[in-house]
Amino acid sequence: MKTGSTVWQRFVAILSKEFIHMRRDRTTFAMMVGIPIIQLIIFGYAINSNPKYLPTAVVSADNGPLIRTLTTGMKNSPYFEFLPGRPTEAQAKRMLELGDVQFVLHVPEHFSRDLIRGDRPHLLLEADASDPTAMSNAFAAMNTLVTTVWQRDLQGGANMGDYVPSPVDLRIQAKYNPEALSQYNVVPGLLGVVLTMTLVMITGMAITREREHGTMEALLATPAKPIEVMIGKIVPYILVGYMQVSLILIMARLLFGVPFLGSVVLLLVSAFFFIIANLTMGILFSTLARTQLQAVQMTFFFFLPSLLLSGFMFPFRGMPQWAQYIGSCFPMTHFLRIVRGIMLKGNGIIETADHLWPILLFTLVVVALGSKLYRTTLD
Amino acid sequence: MNKELVIDVRGITKRFGDKTVVNGVDISVQRGEIYGFLGPNGSGKTTFIRVLCGLLKADGGGGTCLGYDVLTQSDEIKLHVGYMTQKFSLYQDLSIEENLDFMARVYSMPGRRQVVDAALERLGLANRKEQLAGQLSGGWKQRLALAAALLHKPQLLLLDEPTAGVDPKARRDFWLEIHKLAQEGLTVLVSTHYMDEAEQCDRLAYLAYGNLMVNGTVAEVVANSGLHTYCVTGGDMQKLVSLLDGKYPGLQVVPFGIKLHVFSRDTALLERVAAEYAKDDWQWEKSEPALEDVFIELMNRAKDNYA
Ligand SMILES: Nc1ncnc2c1ncn2[C@@H]1O[C@H](COP(=O)(O)OP(=O)(O)O)[C@@H](O)[C@H]1O
Ligand SMILES: [Mg+2]
Repeated sequence: MKTGSTVWQRFVAILSKEFIHMRRDRTTFAMMVGIPIIQLIIFGYAINSNPKYLPTAVVSADNGPLIRTLTTGMKNSPYFEFLPGRPTEAQAKRMLELGDVQFVLHVPEHFSRDLIRGDRPHLLLEADASDPTAMSNAFAAMNTLVTTVWQRDLQGGANMGDYVPSPVDLRIQAKYNPEALSQYNVVPGLLGVVLTMTLVMITGMAITREREHGTMEALLATPAKPIEVMIGKIVPYILVGYMQVSLILIMARLLFGVPFLGSVVLLLVSAFFFIIANLTMGILFSTLARTQLQAVQMTFFFFLPSLLLSGFMFPFRGMPQWAQYIGSCFPMTHFLRIVRGIMLKGNGIIETADHLWPILLFTLVVVALGSKLYRTTLD
Repeated sequence: MNKELVIDVRGITKRFGDKTVVNGVDISVQRGEIYGFLGPNGSGKTTFIRVLCGLLKADGGGGTCLGYDVLTQSDEIKLHVGYMTQKFSLYQDLSIEENLDFMARVYSMPGRRQVVDAALERLGLANRKEQLAGQLSGGWKQRLALAAALLHKPQLLLLDEPTAGVDPKARRDFWLEIHKLAQEGLTVLVSTHYMDEAEQCDRLAYLAYGNLMVNGTVAEVVANSGLHTYCVTGGDMQKLVSLLDGKYPGLQVVPFGIKLHVFSRDTALLERVAAEYAKDDWQWEKSEPALEDVFIELMNRAKDNYA
């Protein structure tokens, strides 16, 4: 068909032009690739950080040899460093609040007796989790420790068989930040951060640049329709978005061994909606911005609250109610949950769809606003 | 019968907010004509051209461009119009060839490669086709922009101050090219501030504050101005300017190189002044009003009426 093929030709014209711009504009291209890599390495370093000898207080009514075996084992793990003396419950609580200790180990009464009897006594490890990455290794060490540390003491005991998987009921209580327990939370979050920042900014700039340079006028004087211009400009950045997603996922896997429990396809499909949401936001900004600088400023106006209120920087449930309401408006909040869900919990379509519709709703609202503001002429 | 009208619009009006930028302008341009568009900065020339090719919607008036309705058929109009914007509007980070290729694609030109190669050849840029457009000099940029605007073989060429900031040689070459194109039947609407360019146009229109002040051939515009001019030579021109300028309402004084043009629509006033200052080596001689005199007088009159 004649008209169909001319529309297609114009689309290809704009698309290939956009790719040439991208190739020539080294700085922007470096930014699109560089930002994910740099952020991943910076945050990755934080993930990888493996602090040792963290200050620990022991609250215990039981001072038997089995407890000493445990504390020695913990000391050698070597994540724990014990403060001298035995604080009271109240003192220990205060120390944790003040940040004087990272952990408080609570040993209940009759612990040794119950342990020998095979009654699986409780053992509570309280942690200050405001810096979750600091502790995950300590937790992991503690988990293995309790299954092995008393092996010699309890050897030959009649109930040895019952001690699998562990002779005690270890409870870990992360205070202040119960949500952000996993060290891997950061990488999924980074997907949202990088996509939001680069895509909103770059589409905003790509369109305002044409207006600023006066090329939009010549472009609109050709048979190319504004909608074709728009789509021709968006598509290359969808590809850029996917390039960034792949880059982050591959690096997260290779460098930091972040697990991926769910379906990759599901993640990529969800990412599509998120990418579109950000691109439409960029276009909306470009209808408002007169210059590229304004487009960048608007991007930050959008990016910062996304970053701060999405649960990436601060645990979502820990924020005041009003902040949670605002945070829920941003697609990044929902995308973060989707990615964490798929990667870390192995969530499927049903759970994912729960967070997909707010992103879709956001996109629809932005498109509606944008088409109201978008000028098909130069007025 | 008259020659076919390529542009035929009446009462074109465009407002931005409550500011009327183009106010009821009627223009008709015949096929093959070079039509000059003059007027001070901000008089609405660019806006009018944008309305013509559908980049802006007129708030009032209407008519046809290439036989298509300017209000409703801008898609068809765009297909047959070549528009060279006031600002260089090719992509600076694309090469010469890529720019032309982009244009050829956007217009869905059949035989794209040959069209682009032919354009490069004609421009004399075939051996520099990989150079980025942004690195070209002003004159070359202008030639490239013209080539891009002509690539799809338009019937109407809209040129918005095409020679601003271009050296005199390039300017002359550019106009030779325009004449050649007009000869081949292309219609050209060109806005300019240069009098020598205005004088090369078949017909002109003068716009001030959005109002069409006059239109017609150069001779008609001069004849209809109702101006009478004296050309003064010799003596101290600075002194004469300071003696006359602003002292006599309706009298204009404009230096022309070492000469001074003194003109007015009021013959009695002009004769009185000429008699009074025919001293101190100043020689007064009656002359034809120059086009520039006419425009300056129009601009001052427009200022009194509209500003
Ligand atoms: N998009 C716009 N919005 C508001 N005012 C505009 C716009 N475009 C032009 N104008 C105003 O319209 C007037 C005429 O501008 P223009 O058509 O560019 O004049 P010219 O080309 O004759 O110099 C100017 O005062 C200008 O500021
Ligand atoms: Mg102008």
